Parts: sequence; C-alpha cells; structure tokens
Amino acid sequence: MGNLQVKVQSKKYDVVIVGSGAGGGMAAYILANAGLKVCLLEAGPMYDPAKNVMQLKWPWESPRRGASTPFRPFGDFDACYGGWEIEGEPYTQKNGTRFDWWRARMLGGRTNHWGRISLRFGPDDFKRKDIDGLSDNWPISYDDIKPFYDRLDKLVGVFGSKENLPNEPDGVFLPPPKPRLHELFIKKSAQQAGVTVIPSRLSILTQKINDERGVCFYCNQCARGCTVYADFSSSSCLVNPAVKTGNVDVIPNAMAREVITSSSDGRATAVSYVNKDDMQEYQVNGRVIMLAASACESARLLLNSKSPRHPNGLANSSNVVGKYLHDSTGAAMGGILPQLYGRKRYNEDGVGGMHIYSPWWLDNKKLDFPRGYHIEYWGGMGMSSYGFGWGIEGSNGKHPVNGKQKEAGGYGKSLKEDYRYFYGAGVGMAGRGEAIAREDNYCEIDPAVVDRYGIPVLRFHYKWSEHEIKQAKHMKETFKEIMHGMGAIITWGDDNASNDYGLEAPGRIIHEAGTVRMGNDPKRSALNKYNQAHDCKNLFVVDGGPFVSQADKNITWTIMALSMRASEYVVDELKKQNL
Amino acid sequence: MDRRKSIKALAVGTISAGVLLDACKSPDKKAEDPKQAAPAQTGIDRHPEEAAHDKALMDRKFFTDHEMATIAILCDIIIPKDDVSGSATDAKVPDFIEFIVKDMPQHQTPMRGGLRWLDVQCMKRFGKSFSDCDSKEQLQVVDDIAYPAKAKPEMQQGVAFFSLMRNLTASGFYTSKIGLEDIGYKGNRPNQWKGVPDDVLKQYNLSYTERELKECI
Repeated sequence: MGNLQVKVQSKKYDVVIVGSGAGGGMAAYILANAGLKVCLLEAGPMYDPAKNVMQLKWPWESPRRGASTPFRPFGDFDACYGGWEIEGEPYTQKNGTRFDWWRARMLGGRTNHWGRISLRFGPDDFKRKDIDGLSDNWPISYDDIKPFYDRLDKLVGVFGSKENLPNEPDGVFLPPPKPRLHELFIKKSAQQAGVTVIPSRLSILTQKINDERGVCFYCNQCARGCTVYADFSSSSCLVNPAVKTGNVDVIPNAMAREVITSSSDGRATAVSYVNKDDMQEYQVNGRVIMLAASACESARLLLNSKSPRHPNGLANSSNVVGKYLHDSTGAAMGGILPQLYGRKRYNEDGVGGMHIYSPWWLDNKKLDFPRGYHIEYWGGMGMSSYGFGWGIEGSNGKHPVNGKQKEAGGYGKSLKEDYRYFYGAGVGMAGRGEAIAREDNYCEIDPAVVDRYGIPVLRFHYKWSEHEIKQAKHMKETFKEIMHGMGAIITWGDDNASNDYGLEAPGRIIHEAGTVRMGNDPKRSALNKYNQAHDCKNLFVVDGGPFVSQADKNITWTIMALSMRASEYVVDELKKQNL
Repeated sequence: MDRRKSIKALAVGTISAGVLLDACKSPDKKAEDPKQAAPAQTGIDRHPEEAAHDKALMDRKFFTDHEMATIAILCDIIIPKDDVSGSATDAKVPDFIEFIVKDMPQHQTPMRGGLRWLDVQCMKRFGKSFSDCDSKEQLQVVDDIAYPAKAKPEMQQGVAFFSLMRNLTASGFYTSKIGLEDIGYKGNRPNQWKGVPDDVLKQYNLSYTERELKECI
C-alpha cells in the first residue's frame, strides 16, 4: 500500500457532521442557513431521485421483476441502497441473542425509502417513568419540542387531520387523501371494535409548499424515491437546499473511523475517515462535531474514539453508550376480503402508504403490558412484482371463482380466470409498538472483529421481554377482531405463543434508538437535553441515539425536531463563544 | 415546482410525453392504452456493483436447451393464450425463469430435479421425454401433479415441482406487459386521487363522511 498517511483537510469547518439522514440532513440545513461552514460526511454515494430514477418504472424493467437483492433488500426498485448485510462490514451477536442491523449507505440514508409516517411524540411519551415506573423520563417535555415540530411541519410538509387526541398532538397539516376501498372496510370494522381510525400523517405533499418541490401525483411509489421531491427524503429536502447556500461540502463514500479529541482538554477536534474511493485515510477538522450516523453507528464511533482523556470511549464516562438499545415491536396479519373478488378496476395507487391508520387507543393500566402500538394498514390493486399470485393453490380451491367451485391448483384458462378473480382482494395490517428500553439490550465493540477498513465492529445483545410479547399478543387479538368484523379470511399471521405471536426479530422494524441516551444526570446518560455530550461540550449526537424511549410512534419526526433544536443551540453557543 | 413543471421534469428520461399528457387529461377514464410507448431510457438505477452482479448472472447459462424447451411447454400449459391475453411464451416467461433461477439459487435444484422427475415419469409411461410426448400424453401427466389436494402420494414430488412452476410462471407472466394488462392494473402513472369512484361506493353501500368530503384533498 505504500506510505499510508492521514491527509488532513486544509479547510477548517465550523461543524463536521457524520451522516446525511434525517438528523444529519436537518443539522446541515439549519447550520448552513445560519451561515456556518459545514462538512457533511456520508458513508455512501451521492443520490438524487430525479437522476437515480426508479419511479414509474414497469415491473419488466427489472430482470427479477422487483424481487429483493442483497443490495436492495426491500426490492429491486427500492431507493435505499445498503441493508442487513454489507460486504466487508460484519457485525456479531452475543450469547445466542439476535439483532438484525440495517445500514443504509447513500446520501439521505434510510429517509430515501421509509414509510413517511411522520408522527409527533405526545406529552406522555416524554414521561413514561412517571406513568408506569419503567425505564426513564426524557430530560425534556413536549412543550420544549413543540415549537420545533411546528416549524418542521411547515418546512417539510405533512398531511393529516386535526383530531384533538390527548397523546397524538395535531400538527400543521396539509389535507389528507380520501381512504381507499379496503381502508373504508377496515375503518368500519375497526371502529365497530372500538379501535380509533384517523387519516394517516405522512410527509407527502398534497399541496405545494415551496417552489423547490413538486406536488404528489399519487403513484404509490414513495419508497422508490420521488423524482419531483413530493415526499420527504433528507437528500432532496434538506441536503440539497443546504448545499445551495454554498456553505456545505458533502464528502460521499466517507466511512468515519473515529472522532479525534485534543489531549490537552478532551475537546473533539476532528473526524478521521476512510475515503472508500481511494482507500486513503483523511481527517477533517471542525469547531463542533455532530454525529448522525444512525443510533448504533454513532455509538460505535464514540466507543471507538478512546483516548487517555476518554478511556471508556468518547462521551462515555456514564458507561451507557451502546446500552438501552430499543427497536419498535412489529407483528402483522393478512388475508383476503371476499367482497372484493372480481372487483372493478381503476387507478387505486394513492400516496406511497396508508391513507388511514390507528393511533394507540387504549389505557395500559387496564392491560397486562405497559406501552402501546399504532396500526398500519395495506391492501388494494397494486402493481405486480415477483411473487404475484404465489401460492394460489392455497385459495382457488377454497373459494368459488365466479360461482364455480374449483379444484385447488390447476392450470390453463381456468387458472388465468382465478388470478383475475382474486386480484386486489388482499388486505393486511401491522402493529408498531413501544418496547421498554433496558440496560441489558445493547451493542458493544466486539473485541476481536474489525471490518474491511480496520474499524472494530459492533456486537449485539438483545432480547424481547414479556412486555413486548404480550403486546404482540394483543396486536394479534385486535387484528383478528378487525379482520372478522369485515368478513375477511385470514391467510397468514394468526400466530400464538410458540412463535411469540409473530413478533419480528429485534432490529427488523429498523427504528433502533437509545444507544446514546440523553438525561440530566451525567452518571446515567451520555448527552444533556440539547443532545450535547456531558463529557465533551462540542460533541453532539442528533440521530436516534439520544432517544430515552421511543413511543408508539416512528422516531423520524422527533429526530428532526431535536436536530433542529440542537443545531440552533450550536449556532447560539458558537455566537456566545461557549463552544 | 408547480404541477405542470413537475410533470415535465418527470417526462425527461422516463416515459413518453404523449402517454403522460393523456394520463393527466383523463385520470378517471379507463386507461386508454395501457401499452406503454417504449421508455426513452430503459434501465433502472443501478450502482456499479449491482450492474456487475446482474451482468455476471446474464452471462451465465444454467438450463440446457432441453430443459428450456420443457419449461416453455409447461409455461404455456399453465398460462395459455385466451381471449383476454396471450400465452406465457408470448410474454417471454421462459427467459424470466431462466434468469430467476440464476438470481435465486434456491430454485435451481427444485427446478432441475423437478424437470428430470417429469421426464422420468414420461419415460415410464410413454417411453419418451415430456417434450417428445404429444399434448394428450403431456396433459395426462400434468393432471396428476397439478392438483395438490387430490394427487396420489407417489406424485407428491411432481406436485411440489408443478406448484413451483405455476408460481414462477405467474410471477413472470403478470409482471410482463401482457400480464399486467390482463390483470387490469391501472396505476403507475401521474394521477389525481379523488377517492373511490362513486359507482364502486354504491356497489358496496359505502360512503365518505361529511368531514372526509370537506377536508380530504
């Protein structure tokens, strides 16, 4: 390899940000617009959905018709590059437990293919310990973050409806789309079962909000990336405008290795990284360092940034970095709505997600598990992809087709009639719930394994508890009631205790958080209430790491609101010369 | 970006402008011509590693000519031409199956072994391979493996193979232009979602609430 030396960037930045997803993108946006010079490191390549086009492609344009690949586990047309297994970047498990770890590697990260479900945390979500005695309270309240949610709603755009629910704060909403046909059936049945159903709250533009972004044209392909930027992705909506200010240098294909700190006072001074294109070592200096590499990746960076002043890793005198890891719970059920057999065809695409959903509607004091979940719904006449009609032998013998009782399986003209008959009659639902953050669910540095860059990798230790399993049981009971209430036939997901009610393996919901948690007590938390490291004043973490708990909501909206808040705090503190 | 500009931005490099404008003009009418004009630029977004991965798969050959011939016959038995749409071979399903077993190695042995099982079955009954049998002979064997619920125990391996063939044929057919048109999918184009059409609401005795009518887009 010859003389390997660290090339130090000559340009000095006000802030170096690691990661261009929701948190990093927002930080870049706020800081750049405040006139600060920002260096944004991104482990993956540049990406622009208007140039890297998947939207409005037909199934036959993929040789595998949209099936998943190791590069795109969510499907060949999915915008997100990366996934569970990245060549040369292993992670390990401890004591036979299992945590599946998703890594996106591209500008904008996971925000390029996420569900756009943009839910505010409610007042209760910051004070769970007060309510059920489990885990810890956040060091902030809803009132602290509300102004930032309001600004975020207006900046990025989110549709929804005012509902005045106590723990589902209303936002500044664009109009929502009308429910689809299967959603009308679900709504009727769910409401009869006492389950709340309201319009979903997705960051998709049903109305124009600025000149830079187009309006949704209802192709149901947000996950493919929107060529007109009608849905929220950090790349399109935050990084691009930030770069336009002239204050941001984006360095793609940059794998951060560690945060360099000063031996004299322990301050963070730089980020060292590998340039994946030339495989050389680089270093970029900043007055402030902000980590937004995703919860576990940021924890990994901190733990790998050991020095005499930070012997336990950076920002880790509390020893909590990597711990209190939590992911959403997830369990699902699906089937068929017989009333939709042979249904009339029309364009039913809608937005890239559900038009209705169910926020948590019960009082946990009356239940045998402590925290709630929301329900997501799907169904309808979608575009075909690999796997279309798979297993028809399981249904075409059970249900008469156009009045004819048939033998299961078969072939020929009769079979073609069956595919037509059943098309668009599928329906399904999934719960996404709050798990309890526990110290013994964690990631740590594996003492023996490095990745291809020589960076020590993470080792995971994670187990669901009885709380989560009972919550999944409740999900299945609820789903069965909704399915039966609308006359649906359940074809999968009717699980029982033998497989923990279909509770997904930890990490599979890809909402992992908590590994660099915030708190008022430096002995029990890594960050203060401004996402600032207790041990290192000019170091911040603005991804899912700081989350003390994650609520029965997805965390992206809160990541961005907190990042906005922390970034403005940085601007302010720099002005006051406190950093 | 206003709607017109954003549609124009879309037209560059994706689908032909003519189809786009038609789609905008009549979003509620039946799709006038679901047959897409060939896209200005085919190919989906590929990173260099993906493109190399796919090229390596395309460069390989897995099935023999005899296996491909058998697959073609089976595909067309499973999905023949009817008065709605063409056959599986019209939709180039054998080529799809050829690629997919290279892409998904877990299908290789079940397919190769199943094809062989089928030939051996035909050898036993008729003294020739499946592709050399006449249509009547072929269907006699197919009838014994196409119906999982009533197949004889000794035919179960054939049943498993035929079910896999059926599933792969359907995947390949209904993701082709011909198949997508057959199934009647009307989306994948710029659209204005105005809710469920009135006649469909009426058919199911459903309606939107006053609030939905007022507040939804």
